[in-house]
Amino acid sequence: MMRAFFRVAWIVVKKDLTIEVRSLEILSTTIFFAVTVVLMFSFGLVVDGRPLNDVAAAILWVAIAFSGTLALGRTFERERHNDTLRALLLAPADRPALYVGKLAGILLLLALVELVLVPLVGLLFAAPIFVHGFHLVALLAGGTIGFTAVGTLFAAMLVRARSRDVLLPIMLYPMTVPVMIAGVRGTAALFQPTPDLAVAQFWIGLLGFFDVVFVTLALWTFDPVMTD
Amino acid sequence: MTRSTLVMLALAAGMFALAPWMINAAPNEATMGLVYKIYFFHMPSAWMFMVAAIASGIASARFLFLKRPSADGWALAAGELAVLFGAFTLVTGPLWARKAWGVWWVWDARLTSSLMLFMIFVAYLLLRKYGGPGSDKLGAGMALFGMANVPFIYVSVNYWRTFHPLTSVVPTLPVEMGIPLWYCVTAFTLLFIVLLRMRARLEHQRARVEALYLLEDES
Repeated sequence: MMRAFFRVAWIVVKKDLTIEVRSLEILSTTIFFAVTVVLMFSFGLVVDGRPLNDVAAAILWVAIAFSGTLALGRTFERERHNDTLRALLLAPADRPALYVGKLAGILLLLALVELVLVPLVGLLFAAPIFVHGFHLVALLAGGTIGFTAVGTLFAAMLVRARSRDVLLPIMLYPMTVPVMIAGVRGTAALFQPTPDLAVAQFWIGLLGFFDVVFVTLALWTFDPVMTD
Repeated sequence: MTRSTLVMLALAAGMFALAPWMINAAPNEATMGLVYKIYFFHMPSAWMFMVAAIASGIASARFLFLKRPSADGWALAAGELAVLFGAFTLVTGPLWARKAWGVWWVWDARLTSSLMLFMIFVAYLLLRKYGGPGSDKLGAGMALFGMANVPFIYVSVNYWRTFHPLTSVVPTLPVEMGIPLWYCVTAFTLLFIVLLRMRARLEHQRARVEALYLLEDES
């Protein structure tokens, strides 16, 4: 039972990766988009050559949210193109396993984006990204999972909807406000001259809780919302 | 309109017509004087905002998991009321804040989380309106997530900032202030129930007409 579930999820991940590796379309565009977002915000928030307080953490998370939305939209646009999402849903497989597969694929993609984004922010804003590396990774993982768990469900639901491009961020951003607050405040605590580990740990805990609740809810709702 | 709705509507209208006298009779507050009296409308509408959001979430869960078609009408009606009472809360709040705190808006926990919940329900209505076919299920998923999100928004924003007068103020109010407050809460609750029933009924009838059209097309 459990093995079949993860096998289906793995097949979906493998399928998405194979398509992506051949073209690198989503990965390359998303990474470049994330870099432009960082630069755009830097022009707004760096005054007289000095960044405002905590600006590195804010820019990092805004860039993750924006590029995450883009990656989610593109991933499901691909499925819409030849109506392959319908084919996936028709497959004799657990619906939640399809969701987990999609979620894992997008998480992998965003992890690669963050691999570029975090050093870039560290470089441009002299942020100490390696001092408490483990905490930073925990925040990034918790935040990205929370954001993507909600985003994957919403993007999948919106595949057949009209005006899905604008509806995805409209639905996703207010819903992921706790993730943004936790990510930004936690990261800002780590980037301070004397890092505040207690604060960072509080936000990591909140993110973990958010992830558990929303992944469970998404697994639960994926089947009924995707049924015609 | 059913007879019970009509009676409740008349009662609510009568109570709202009398509300200014009730509020006027309440004594002025020691430090804020007259200004605090907007609270008599602000707090009941904030409560109805919460009730509407929870009702929409529960109805959506019933629609999604128990496949009750009529629950969708209730979810939509409650979603619209959440936006209505939310807007009312978010307008009366800053009016008071301007006098009490000297600014229209502060990034306080309660204000910010109300604004975020309001945004979620505006997004819900946008989805229902522009999502096209199948948006009832998408909306249900969204309202359900929105409801589950309330504690997270509250905790995260709370840890981020706090200014708002504490909720514990309500039981400690003197009787002369408490009576008009509960009077207004009753009036708002009646108004909420009347609007919810009327809107849900309208939605159910719309769904029925649509089903009849489909039958007609098939035959």
